[in-house]
Amino acid sequence: MNEQLIVARGLTKVYGVKPALDHIDLTIGSGRIVGLLGPNGSGKTTFIKLLCGLIQPTLGMLQIDGAAPGVHSKSVISYLPDRMYFADWMKTCDLIDFFADFYSDFDRKKAMEMFSALSIGPNDRIKTMSKGTREKAQLALIMSRKAMLYLLDEPIAGVDPAARDFILNTILTNYNEDGTVMLSTHLIADIERVLDEAIFLQNGKVVRHDTVDNIRENEGKSVDQLFREIFAYGV
Amino acid sequence: MAWKFTEDRPIWIQLTEQLTLRIVSGVYAPGAAVPAVRTLAAEAGVNPNTMQRALSELENRALVETRRTAGRTVTEELTLIQQVRHELARGRIQEFLTSMRALGYTEEQARALFAEWKEEIS
Repeated sequence: MNEQLIVARGLTKVYGVKPALDHIDLTIGSGRIVGLLGPNGSGKTTFIKLLCGLIQPTLGMLQIDGAAPGVHSKSVISYLPDRMYFADWMKTCDLIDFFADFYSDFDRKKAMEMFSALSIGPNDRIKTMSKGTREKAQLALIMSRKAMLYLLDEPIAGVDPAARDFILNTILTNYNEDGTVMLSTHLIADIERVLDEAIFLQNGKVVRHDTVDNIRENEGKSVDQLFREIFAYGV
Repeated sequence: MAWKFTEDRPIWIQLTEQLTLRIVSGVYAPGAAVPAVRTLAAEAGVNPNTMQRALSELENRALVETRRTAGRTVTEELTLIQQVRHELARGRIQEFLTSMRALGYTEEQARALFAEWKEEIS
């Protein structure tokens, strides 16, 4: 187990004059499911994009598995962006070929099994799928990799409760046990039970980082309730 | 038996309680294999590490055993299962009496009411 899968020290990202992330210090180990929680504009997506190497930090240090985001980190990160990035003329089988081509840790058989569980056929086109089905299809591909770090940006936003259950179940049953799953969301009540740890972001700062068990034990309330208190408006 | 969780307490403790209930009520029979951590976790919709923690707690209480060849099994010590069941039952009676006291009934009155009610329904 790598206790230092992700290490951030003084990590800062400034857009113009506004800091989106403000001196973040975090250490996250492997083998767990971590929730990146915070209201809109708190810096969740910025942090995930920094981890993916899609944007560069303004200040501070960030390491994944001992190295700055780069070729190595990209090969071990499986990333679900907050929007669909596939061309919509593609068919399911095209997507599978696409992933098999790009990622050496992609498990084609696993992806096929998930697609058939979702009743998505190999010749279905993305264009003809509903929004919920697209999200599920995308997640199936992401979770079919044997990655060290799964970064899921808002995986349950905008789908119905049944699809939400399916998505959480897919994450629980498919992630690589030695890997870590980090998912961002503001729908905490739905995902609280699957989390080991919760990170609360507010205005680009980490205001709390603890295990879900500790939060419940020490506060006598759920992470969702604590979140509502910390982020209450107008108090 | 569906898995249910309340907001105010750690989930692993609630899992331990519900697994115990399944053992004493025979859903998981003595000596039978306990489903794999991942299977149980998916069924309850919880994190596998949390389920693991609950199962370790049951191991500490000797309600489940881990054998190298057979995986995790429910204990075959029937006296232990009976004992835990008995403790749970006593706890339920305690809760019942507490709520009756809150309604203003003494233990004697509660007992009388219970006897009366039993006759009514039979």
